[in-house]
Amino acid sequence: MSGITIRNIRKSFGATRVLHDVSLSIADGEFLTLLGPSGCGKSTLLRILAGLEVQDTGSIEIGGRVVDGVRPKRRDVAMVFQSYALYPHMSVAANIALPLRMRRLSRAQRLPLIGRWLPGSGPVISGIEMEVSRTAEALGIAHLLNRKPGQLSGGQRQRVAVGRAMVRHPAVFLMDEPLSNLDAKLRVQMRTEIKDLHRRLGVTFVYVTHDQAEAMTLSDRVVVMRDGEMLQVAPPQEIYADPNDIRVAEFLGSPKINMVDATMREPGLVDLAGSALSVACEIAPGSKFTVGIRPEAFQFAEHSGPGVITGSVRMVEHMGSDLFVYFDPSGLEQPLIARLSAERTHIVAGQTLHVSVRSDQLLVFDRDGRRVRARDVSSAHSSTPAREWAR
Amino acid sequence: MSAIRLSPAAAILRHGVLVLTSAFILVPFVWMVSLSLKSPGEIFRATFSVLPAQFYGVDNYAKAITSVPLPRYMGNGLLVCALILAAQILVCAPAAYALAKLKFWGRDFIFAMVLVGLLLPHQVLSLPLFILCYKLDILNTYLALVIPYVVSPFGIFLFRQFFKKIPNDIVHAARLDGLCELAIVWKIMVPMALPAVIAFSIFSVVAHWNDLFWPLIAVRDGNLMPAPLGIMAFKNEEAGNDYGPLMAASTLVVAPLLIAFLAAQKWFVEGMTGGSVK
Repeated sequence: MSGITIRNIRKSFGATRVLHDVSLSIADGEFLTLLGPSGCGKSTLLRILAGLEVQDTGSIEIGGRVVDGVRPKRRDVAMVFQSYALYPHMSVAANIALPLRMRRLSRAQRLPLIGRWLPGSGPVISGIEMEVSRTAEALGIAHLLNRKPGQLSGGQRQRVAVGRAMVRHPAVFLMDEPLSNLDAKLRVQMRTEIKDLHRRLGVTFVYVTHDQAEAMTLSDRVVVMRDGEMLQVAPPQEIYADPNDIRVAEFLGSPKINMVDATMREPGLVDLAGSALSVACEIAPGSKFTVGIRPEAFQFAEHSGPGVITGSVRMVEHMGSDLFVYFDPSGLEQPLIARLSAERTHIVAGQTLHVSVRSDQLLVFDRDGRRVRARDVSSAHSSTPAREWAR
Repeated sequence: MSAIRLSPAAAILRHGVLVLTSAFILVPFVWMVSLSLKSPGEIFRATFSVLPAQFYGVDNYAKAITSVPLPRYMGNGLLVCALILAAQILVCAPAAYALAKLKFWGRDFIFAMVLVGLLLPHQVLSLPLFILCYKLDILNTYLALVIPYVVSPFGIFLFRQFFKKIPNDIVHAARLDGLCELAIVWKIMVPMALPAVIAFSIFSVVAHWNDLFWPLIAVRDGNLMPAPLGIMAFKNEEAGNDYGPLMAASTLVVAPLLIAFLAAQKWFVEGMTGGSVK
């Protein structure tokens, strides 16, 4: 049992507040991702979990045990670092063996040369060697055990770092942007391997990244962080389709979500990009707000009409199965991006484009950036897992 | 190091300058070795030749070794240098680690004090150190030769700069792997900073092997004297004009450093360049 409970964590570095009152529960065996741009406090939170940083206030529980003030090595957590943090003067085998040696051998038994011949150390050392080679085999690095980290490629170093973390069977795996130093192809491959590792080990993973693709593909739940706050905690598909905050909506999705300033004309009808669209929100007529439209929410329309946005096409990007169409509706300074199927439509720059959008795919945000949910939707989603977990 | 090839003229000029400056530095040594091979009469001859007219080397070196206990002096020097170096690394590495990687109140002030220590010439402290050694009642012992050098501001500074370049993640990983702070120093930081340790060792050994000033103050017993002091005793004894054996003794004193340096040179350069990670 190794769930994690984070209660009211605050942390400042000097005058800079890095974490504002963060609370979160992570279930045993869950894969949770902390997602956010650099400087949002996600790495600091991870380091506080590991015990490498000390929170100003608040408390951390791992596996039902309060670990505040407990040294990192006694927390039963392992961490994989962005820079891998391998010991360059030790062989791969020695790197992976170190956590086991520190735990299973006495101070005298760890002495170089003579330690091996002290009573009782022989079986322990051969046991460690066996586990190291088993771990290396599982990660496909058995042939590298005698090399130094400097002689390995990025992907191999990554595996050694994972091996060093998993060899002692920790209750919690912490990963701090482990893939960001790898090239794009290797990153995708390692992503599936990490997912696989999580499935095999079945322990709790807390994964920090700024890469939304990693967050979306790996996680059971994603925490979107910004400026030391948790904006939303939810499963990936919900984070994407039903964001709580304008910053969550903007951070996720590629190409980026279209954000359009709009005015409520009459209840249920908004002026948007030169046409009137219906929305199911209770907003006073005349008030201004922002509407987010995902590029794929647009649908090709043959003619203009009610609920259809019209604009001239500025640029078309062919992405194979899809087209990214940049078009300028009248009355907007920024172009909108639509993601349209490449099969059904033939669009060239300069032509006029009509697109329709379903009202339930308009994401409405108030002036403070908070989501205004449609009446029927808000009741259905009032008890989202996000709120349950973010106690 | 650079792969740029020079034009012949530039190459000749560059090598000319290098040869000239190295000759400038080497001449006193060549002279010393040359004198150590000559007879007393030839030493004061008006003309100068590098090679002796009459080979007198055996006599000079025999006299240098036998008339004063030169091997004893060199043994003293070796012992003192080894003790000083061991103590310095033992003190400097943890101190430098604390200054580089730990956060504690007053750290910057302490580091500033280290820098002040770096600026002070050791001679300035000789009087207080002498009094300290007197109060501790260790004057005229090996301890008196070692204690004043145990804390080396230069060593702390050098190690601290090197440790600072080691990523914090490595320290964090070591803590998670279960190493205590001292184990981090000795198992991770010092091995990773091996080039700095070697460079520091060379500086330290050279400085203390050649040191004359402090041993002159601290010890009077001939049995404790390190080599440079021994040479001086030898010179006094010989009324100062028997230069052949004196130069032979000097050559013998310099030789170990020279041999050690040449032997370690390749490894030293490798340590400076090959240890880089990432």
